Amino acid sequence: MREALSLRSNNALLTRANPLAKFVSVFLITLVLALSIDLVSASTALLGELALFPLAGLTLRLLWQRGWPLIIAAALGGWSTAILSADSGRILLDVGIWSISEGSLQLGLGFMLRGLAIALPAILLMSCTDPTDLADALAQKAKLPHRFVLGTLAALRLVGLMAEEWQTIGMARRARGVGSHGSPMQRFRAMLGQSFGLLVQAIRRASRLAVTMEARGFGGGPRTWARESTYSRLDAWVLVGGLVIAAAAVLAAQSAGTWHFVWLKQG
Amino acid sequence: MPSPDSGTSAVVRPAAISAQGWGWRHAGRATQAIHALDLDIRPGERVLLLGPSGAGKSTFLHALAGVLGEEGDDADETGSLLVDGVSPRAQRGRAGLMQQDPETQVVLSRLGDDVAFGAENLCVPREEIWKRVDEALDDVGLRNSAAGGFALDHPTSALSGGQKQRLALAGILAMRPGLILLDEPTANLDPAGVLEVRDAVGRCLDKTGATLVVVEHRVSVWKDLVDRIVVLQPGSSSEGGSTPAVLLDGDPDTVLAQARDMLTAAGVWVPGYVPATRPRSGATGGGELLLATQELAVSRKRARRRGFTTIPPVPVQAGLDAEVLAGQALTVTGPNGAGKSTFALTLAGLLAPVSGTVTAAVGLSDGAGTDPFKWKAQQLISRIGTVFQEPEHQFVTGRVLDELMFGPKHLGHGEDRVDELLERLRLGHLVDANPYTLSGGEKRRLSVATVLAAHPRVLVLDEPTFGQDANTWAELASFLSELLDAGTSVVSVTHDQEFSSVLGGTEMRLEPALQGASRQEAGAA
Repeated sequence: MREALSLRSNNALLTRANPLAKFVSVFLITLVLALSIDLVSASTALLGELALFPLAGLTLRLLWQRGWPLIIAAALGGWSTAILSADSGRILLDVGIWSISEGSLQLGLGFMLRGLAIALPAILLMSCTDPTDLADALAQKAKLPHRFVLGTLAALRLVGLMAEEWQTIGMARRARGVGSHGSPMQRFRAMLGQSFGLLVQAIRRASRLAVTMEARGFGGGPRTWARESTYSRLDAWVLVGGLVIAAAAVLAAQSAGTWHFVWLKQG
Repeated sequence: MPSPDSGTSAVVRPAAISAQGWGWRHAGRATQAIHALDLDIRPGERVLLLGPSGAGKSTFLHALAGVLGEEGDDADETGSLLVDGVSPRAQRGRAGLMQQDPETQVVLSRLGDDVAFGAENLCVPREEIWKRVDEALDDVGLRNSAAGGFALDHPTSALSGGQKQRLALAGILAMRPGLILLDEPTANLDPAGVLEVRDAVGRCLDKTGATLVVVEHRVSVWKDLVDRIVVLQPGSSSEGGSTPAVLLDGDPDTVLAQARDMLTAAGVWVPGYVPATRPRSGATGGGELLLATQELAVSRKRARRRGFTTIPPVPVQAGLDAEVLAGQALTVTGPNGAGKSTFALTLAGLLAPVSGTVTAAVGLSDGAGTDPFKWKAQQLISRIGTVFQEPEHQFVTGRVLDELMFGPKHLGHGEDRVDELLERLRLGHLVDANPYTLSGGEKRRLSVATVLAAHPRVLVLDEPTFGQDANTWAELASFLSELLDAGTSVVSVTHDQEFSSVLGGTEMRLEPALQGASRQEAGAA
């Protein structure tokens, strides 16, 4: 996981944009898509996002490798919506209790595309943004308290370590005779014990890390920043890009007449 | 090499330490961790702090670093402890502290950012920070291009333990502290890492002239670098506290000559001292074959799923053939990162082989099949016992006695052996204690005892002597030599040559794999 987050080999244009600008752009797109379930807005946004891929150094292959759980989840969500939602229009497929009609297929597709269109910007953001730079931007530009931001950043580094520790504790407990075999209840209890072991180690590590940080003068007081988080002309373009995609999605759906707010009753 | 005029020596003002009747009681504890400490350390002095565990050495360092917390949260401070005549809490950055666990000495994920972190917190201007970062990385030898230095954006997670500790030192140097505090900085490192860190500390002290206080069990590592040894003793404050915290104080040779017996008795690793151990009595040749590996390739990583394709992990070692014989020790050695532990864990049936096989002979498998990885946990523990490097990873109950009874209870036999183990490993007085609250040596002894309670024929130990004092070391080595004579097979991963020479047997040396070559082998398999 830690290697997956490394951006050292990525020299794409968007890696140079300010993380906060990217963050706001992604937020805009996601917000619009969260407002309406419809095919047109979702597919417009999706097309716009796909166009941005090369700028973030992403390829379809990389996207699949990093985001396949999300992509499969979106597809499954779409599929189940299609077979389970109320039928309307011509029936396309009827297998016992499952049926797919024109209406439900459309809804399912809309659901799937919307899921993808919401997931993609997040993957896009993470694949061209270093967590340290994001923290710098949040503390220096968004003026979030640095104690909180840097504390979270340091803790995030421990998460990767904890994944390794989980594996080690699992083996160490197997060597004590606690196996992942047996009834679901036994497995559940074994899992609980392993989680407790991990918790103990996590707390130990976290308190040692806290001592390290405090001993390096970390606290609530003023500090300087070795890395200045700056805006450039690129960031204006990033914002414009986000706005354009969001607006295009709304306008396309409006003009096609498919736009409807999620909280309004369908039809 | 930085030019002489940019040297830190011009900026660093060595710190003076003065403790007068100083004591500290942690919140929730009945007695003081350190009591009645009278100690003056002059600016620029280099002091090695010795003493048995429980003498309050770490507490003292934390106090000097100003990270001990405030008095009043149920904690108690007596007397005074001053750095340059001021309370350490009031002057952030005057002292820099390095602790034992390298993983928690790194704060940020890029090399340069991590070094800059302390200086940022001290409000050093940006241009000055990067000057300091360059210089500090040079000083600790992580930026020296001749020695294959690292770029500023090098991921800190890719560093070895010794490199992480040197990185921590660089982060401390960038704060320009007058006092450098090292709390067992090399306890978790292999011998090469120990020297790396020691030499880096020496160079930096020569350059800056800062005051040094180091706590470490292995005296020989630091003896030539320090000019004073202070021996602390635990003082109990319950009886009014008449024992002073400082037992001995003076130049290294004098103190070591005066206190040699006392220090060895307390388990301190005094130079030139190898604790007496029980010699192997039987033939060290070995008997029946219990476990063998063939063309084994190992990795800690599991096969990864990338979409629809499954990528097998890149093995850290491949083509390993080994035999484990009854009554014989097999010692796995080699530098860090060579895959020693990974090999041992695979041999012990805890990791799946990437390719090749681990085969249990009939004498060991006893009807459970030939592949230890496929055994159920309970089948495993009565055949192969594994002691992990970190004892806490293996604790499964909240009480020492339950911990020991755990294996036998699940197996349905062997409970009679528990008493013997309790006595043999001096855990009898601790039966009701919580395993997590034991000292390092006690935890190690308990972890060995719990695994042995299931009566395995093969015992696998991962760095069993790491960070142990000389007493625990000797007990462990003697105990294992006894087990070997009784026919148990002992596989240990260790850097400790004295330890492996006590056990005898065969050595298997692993070198960091030629990654390319082993990758191809695994790909073909």
